[in-house]
Amino acid sequence: MEEELTRESICQQENLVYSRTPLMTPKALSYCPGCGHGTAHRLIMEVIEEMNLQSQTIGVAPVGCSVLAYDFLDIDMQQAAHGRAPAVATGIKRLLPDKFVFTYQGDGDLAAIGTGETIHACNRGENICIFFVNNGIYGMTGGQMAPTTLPNMKTATSPYGRDVVSMGYPLKITEMIAMLPGTCFVTRQSVHTPANVRKTKKAIQKAVQCQLDKKGLSFVEIVSNCNSGWKMTPLESNKWMEENMFPVFPLGDIKVPKP
Amino acid sequence: MEDIKLMKGNEAIAEGVIRAGCDGYFGYPITPQSEVLEYLMMARTEERTGMVVLQAESEIASIHMVYGGAACGKRVMTSSSSPGISLMQEGISFMAGTELPCLLLNVVRGGPGLGTIQPSQSDYFQAVKGGGHGDYKLIVLAPASVQEMYDFAKLGFDLAFKYRIQVMVLSDGAIGQMMEKVVLDEQIPRQTNEEIIKNHPWATSGKTPDRERNIITSLDLDPVKQEKINIHLQEKFKRITENEVRFETLMCDDVEYLFVAYGSSARVCQKAIQLGREKGLKVGLLRPITLFPFPYDEVAKLAKQVKGILCVEMSAGQMIEDVRLGANGAVKVEHFGRLGGIIPAPDEVLNRMEEIFISKNNYGRGTN
Repeated sequence: MEEELTRESICQQENLVYSRTPLMTPKALSYCPGCGHGTAHRLIMEVIEEMNLQSQTIGVAPVGCSVLAYDFLDIDMQQAAHGRAPAVATGIKRLLPDKFVFTYQGDGDLAAIGTGETIHACNRGENICIFFVNNGIYGMTGGQMAPTTLPNMKTATSPYGRDVVSMGYPLKITEMIAMLPGTCFVTRQSVHTPANVRKTKKAIQKAVQCQLDKKGLSFVEIVSNCNSGWKMTPLESNKWMEENMFPVFPLGDIKVPKP
Repeated sequence: MEDIKLMKGNEAIAEGVIRAGCDGYFGYPITPQSEVLEYLMMARTEERTGMVVLQAESEIASIHMVYGGAACGKRVMTSSSSPGISLMQEGISFMAGTELPCLLLNVVRGGPGLGTIQPSQSDYFQAVKGGGHGDYKLIVLAPASVQEMYDFAKLGFDLAFKYRIQVMVLSDGAIGQMMEKVVLDEQIPRQTNEEIIKNHPWATSGKTPDRERNIITSLDLDPVKQEKINIHLQEKFKRITENEVRFETLMCDDVEYLFVAYGSSARVCQKAIQLGREKGLKVGLLRPITLFPFPYDEVAKLAKQVKGILCVEMSAGQMIEDVRLGANGAVKVEHFGRLGGIIPAPDEVLNRMEEIFISKNNYGRGTN
């Protein structure tokens, strides 16, 4: 007769295949189940831990769903005003050039109210990393239209769909900043499948390494779902993202670091 | 031997911050204060003290760069003139909420809007009563000479770190642009990163195993906690009110008719007092140096002694509200001001004092 499986018999060190990343705090994430933010947080913290950078890291949290990122990440952090994270990170990095400095921003924060700060930090080639989570919507404030909202996409402030004639087009800010000589590594990834998670982690590692090598600004866009804002189940939202977001925001490296 | 130089006000404060051990300046050009950034760039501060100087893309970016640097425990500053300071209010409010020390310089020009590039004192309310959103105060220092522009650099940083507060030097286009001699001090060394970690344990410097992580945020969604944060801020402002009032009096021993004025207006009043005394009029001056905290007690004391107070401002009358609060009805307090970038002449100021309070043809113009 087979031995009965209990929680205690399963939770043994030799069976360990996954555990909480040490640099994530025990606090439960405030993100909706199915959202990509948690995975993005974990990947950044894994890289910081593996590269032994905790005592060297200062992160900057935005305004948006990840406004409370500092509750979950066990590192020194500053919370910036809406859109200003690249300016805040500039102030930190200029005064502490040996620290590892990154911002974590959403599309409303980075590509609407903070467009100026984003472009100029990139153009100055600030030696920082920007992690940009693009889900095409303002999640925290309740699903309003974002600069990256797709044409005809329905949101709380485009209830009949984004009419590009009066509301403009989705802003491809990642392609824009890739044109600037100050940026070193510009890539667009996603975290909706295990394969994509692995690719995103590699991109984050590369971005961090660029900063350590003082090569200029590295920019990692992560196209993510917002199942709550899009009013879908997580699985539906991932499928919708593949079918609708990726044609407008294609995945892959846009600019690779010079050797 | 004393180190004395002839300098513009804007240059003097720039030299002042270098010598006060400033770590970083972030700013954007605007008349009439662009000499601050120009002087700092020309001074090769990176070579001289290691001080970082960066021209930002806007005043908004400047103040948030200051936020980032200040949150690392560094002595950082920005400067601008009225329209630029309006843009910075977001960042100033965030720094108030996070209690980050910094030095701010406003070389005031006439407004509203683009207004003019000529000197004005029309930003008193913005500087003294809050400026941005939320219940907060800045320490506001009002220089009346180029020497004070220089001196308030160090004083400003010292007060900013003593209380973890934002200190604004509220100057104007005249003080910023005029040249006077300045007595310079020895260079104060910049703080090392080790000293910052020791002296400012709240600063973000990278989490080490011996401490919890440091978080700089003004957000707390729980209103009970947010009220506690606000009460803590108010207690700090009260401590500042009790300890940091600064003012100067001139010819006040026998004064019968008192001018109250700060900055450039105070300089005009000095000359008016000289003219008045020559005519035998017992005129004197109270010059607030800190606008917050305001010298209410000194106003109250003098209000009981004098026959009239004339508040002279290059504005439509802003500080007069604080002077009236201090006088508390003990004596009539009247306003004289020129607007839109005009500096009043000393005889104009004295005539107004005579007209309102001294001349027999006083029709009781204006009431308190």
